Amino acid sequence: MSTTRQEGAIAAEPRNWLGFVRDRAAYFTVPVLALLAFLPIGSLPTWGTLTLAGLAMGLMIFIMASGLTLVFGLMDVLNFGHGAMISFGAFVGVSTLVALGPLYLSSGIEMNLLALLIAALAAMLAAGVLGLVFERLIVRPVYGHHLKQILITMGGLIVVEQLIIVLWGPNEIPIPRPQNLKGAFIVGGVVLEKYRLLAVALGLVLFVVLRLVLTRTRIGLLVRAGVENREMVESLGYRISILFIGVFAVASALGGLGGIMWGLYDEVITAHLGMSVMVLVFITIIIGGLGSIEGCFIAALLIGLTNNYVAYLAPKLSLGSAIILMVVVLMWRPQGLLQPSGSR
Amino acid sequence: MGETGETLLSLSGVHTHIGQYHILHGVDLEVPRGQLTMLLGRNGAGKTTTMRTIMGLWQARQGAVRFAGEDIARLATPDIARRGIAYVPENMGIFGTLTVEENMVLAARRSGLNAERLDWIYSLFPAMRKFWRWPAGQLSGGQKQMLAISRAIIEPAELLLVDEPTKGLAPTIIDALAEAIMALKQTGVTILMVEQNFALARRVGDTVAVMDDGKIIHTGTMAELGADTALQGRLLGLDIGGGTA
Amino acid sequence: MIKSLLSGDAPGKPLLALIVCAVVICLALAPFLFPGTRSVDTAARICIIIVLVASYDLLLGYTGIVSFAHTMFFGIGAYGVAIASSSMGPGWDALALGGAGGVLVAAALAFVIALASLRVRAIFFAMITLAVASAFGVLVSQLYTITGGEDGLTYRLPQMLTPAFEFADFRLFGVRLDGRLLSYYLIFFSAVALFLVLLRLVNSPFGRVLQAIRENDFRAEALGYKTVHYRIVASVVSAVVAALAGVLLAIWLRYTGPDTTLSLDLMIDILVMVVIGGMGTMWGSVLGATIFVMAKNYLREVMGAASALTSDLPLVTDILHPDRWLFWLGLLFILSVYFFPTGIVGKFRRSTQ
Repeated sequence: MSTTRQEGAIAAEPRNWLGFVRDRAAYFTVPVLALLAFLPIGSLPTWGTLTLAGLAMGLMIFIMASGLTLVFGLMDVLNFGHGAMISFGAFVGVSTLVALGPLYLSSGIEMNLLALLIAALAAMLAAGVLGLVFERLIVRPVYGHHLKQILITMGGLIVVEQLIIVLWGPNEIPIPRPQNLKGAFIVGGVVLEKYRLLAVALGLVLFVVLRLVLTRTRIGLLVRAGVENREMVESLGYRISILFIGVFAVASALGGLGGIMWGLYDEVITAHLGMSVMVLVFITIIIGGLGSIEGCFIAALLIGLTNNYVAYLAPKLSLGSAIILMVVVLMWRPQGLLQPSGSR
Repeated sequence: MGETGETLLSLSGVHTHIGQYHILHGVDLEVPRGQLTMLLGRNGAGKTTTMRTIMGLWQARQGAVRFAGEDIARLATPDIARRGIAYVPENMGIFGTLTVEENMVLAARRSGLNAERLDWIYSLFPAMRKFWRWPAGQLSGGQKQMLAISRAIIEPAELLLVDEPTKGLAPTIIDALAEAIMALKQTGVTILMVEQNFALARRVGDTVAVMDDGKIIHTGTMAELGADTALQGRLLGLDIGGGTA
Repeated sequence: MIKSLLSGDAPGKPLLALIVCAVVICLALAPFLFPGTRSVDTAARICIIIVLVASYDLLLGYTGIVSFAHTMFFGIGAYGVAIASSSMGPGWDALALGGAGGVLVAAALAFVIALASLRVRAIFFAMITLAVASAFGVLVSQLYTITGGEDGLTYRLPQMLTPAFEFADFRLFGVRLDGRLLSYYLIFFSAVALFLVLLRLVNSPFGRVLQAIRENDFRAEALGYKTVHYRIVASVVSAVVAALAGVLLAIWLRYTGPDTTLSLDLMIDILVMVVIGGMGTMWGSVLGATIFVMAKNYLREVMGAASALTSDLPLVTDILHPDRWLFWLGLLFILSVYFFPTGIVGKFRRSTQ
């Protein structure tokens, strides 16, 4: 058994290089879109403001969608009830902020950020726990059955939404942002809203952390391996159902975090918040390729940017823009921008 | 470890259904410890289903699967694996988005990558060292198969299930694989292997079981079957010494 | 004769047949049995909803795909009539043109959605329909110059269909023979016809292939059926029937707005009705719709009473508040997906066999 024999088999490299370039093509869509949008917009300050708004929106969507796409990739579970985690997280977060009133509305920005941090953690904890309950009661009995999954998770969403109304009342709740997070920096005519900067920073940090976890830790490797081939992970002796519960809880917690961030962005929350954001979340995971975290990231940015550019250029089309984007991407790549190889 | 020759794995009266299809109709199979048992048969005879049933990937509806004296037929796949059964599936089950190293890291579940063991694997498959940091999805078919087998033996297993390792591989690679399997046998591990390539089967197999229509229709030694061309023709529909799959 | 009308798919067990017969007779004679604007209105809505639910069942129960855009097609049919009637003025031409236009738009849209999602991955269908339907809802409220926005459109219909028109100046069993009665029967018989067409469809070879695909699409594909084609046709047919149901609603209400036709709540109601009645049984839609419409009224009253009784228990009284009926419906929905996925009709039919 000589090495030369085996080297004969490494001939497939050029095709892989082509595949490598094709894979990277998806990553260029974001800057290309941003540059293309500059042409009709024309003014740099406007473009800069819109781009920041788009990135902020996209990253919040990413936070909500990232876990969901892994939940699907790992166990083939399509959770229509994810909106429940988003709404629930938003309400728990807001209640926390109200409880922390003096801290949250004080004049020191450190205090404000501390209050926000506590609220975010509370939202994540609450949504994560709700996710565990949801997984146990709603999702687990219907593993492997898409039709029932869709129906039953939708039912779960309705029930949770109604419970939120019972607990917090039917009216929308306004959330004022603290003085320190209102307003904007103006750099060279570009309006950089403080809260958007915060959202972008947090979103990027989360993306980096998620990526590091997925590529550098054993659990992350297991999740990626499980997305590709669940049976093989089990055949290696790993109990993937436990892993899945963990991923489901994290996905729910991220949904809750996204919920409170979105609520602060809109400065108002309702029980329907989750359901209405879910539309964008679904489009994101379809565009990104079900089960792909990088695809989800790119897709979320594309959606956020498109939404903001179109809202400026042709306000009436803004909601349809995500759908048009989806159609375009699916015509280009029917399986989404990045499809984890191996998963069906 | 028990004595060579005693039964390590036995299936008795195993019936497996996939959806509405009844695939295994009462499989009885004994795999002696320390030997390489070949599972032969036509396409669709139920060989892969037998492997998957042992692994718990499909649950037997009826019958017993005994491993080292314990009935594992109702256990979940991870628990079966944890009892010391390693599996190389038909499609190799490579995690293509992970690197070769990461594939191996996951396979070394209990003790992590052990340098000594790894050196032994490099000695079986020298190329493993070369593509250690490659994304596994970019390997060729033969390299993937080597990775799949390496993954199954990075931790000592009592029983190795290998499902058609030569499928779609070039003859030179098959040769290399055969040598590696012979070397593997020297370590005393018990192997159950599905194979279409009769030449390879005759070269590495100790005992043999032939399946047809979801049942075992013949068991015996490989030497016996290898010598009896009439029996080969009847059981496998092979020409004398048929080589390619 | 009856057998061929029902395409050989009778409700089954005698008790079930009896209930279905009773529902049909009540609906057929509603203006005479239950005179009074409110009850006739309820009867007309039941007729329309039965068609809507049955057409949804063609998709969910018979084809095994979940759509959240069914009310969108329903709304397109209704808005077709509404927009034509309010811009062209009352008249049969406006009615016909608007209705036909609505149906065509619905068919085309359903075709495009199905093509885009089913060809790619069937599982996308649920997500894509949800996205498209919600975008459509926003579109309708934004295009208020045409659609009336959130307020919707109120319009007039041909005089023959209005209460002011009396086609005979005597009373039959004490009921005025006016245009209102005429439009009730227009709706009733249209609903019956549409239902029988759907029944015929699911019992045709086409319907059997759909069910084969639902059970095992690999196998159906292996047998040589283009599963994608069948699914696309099913979703287009289902959308067309939903649009026709929308036309009927527009005729009956003489008003079309987002709440009555497009809301997600309505979509969920339809889901609940299909599941409770029984997925994959056309008769289930008759039962599901009837029970649901009755229960919705009844449940709210019971809840109102229960809420009043428990007024000292803070959370309990809130959860029993009549506005929270969706909570209980959601629970019922989850439980029925778990415990009787074949619904009431499925239970009946199984117990006979």
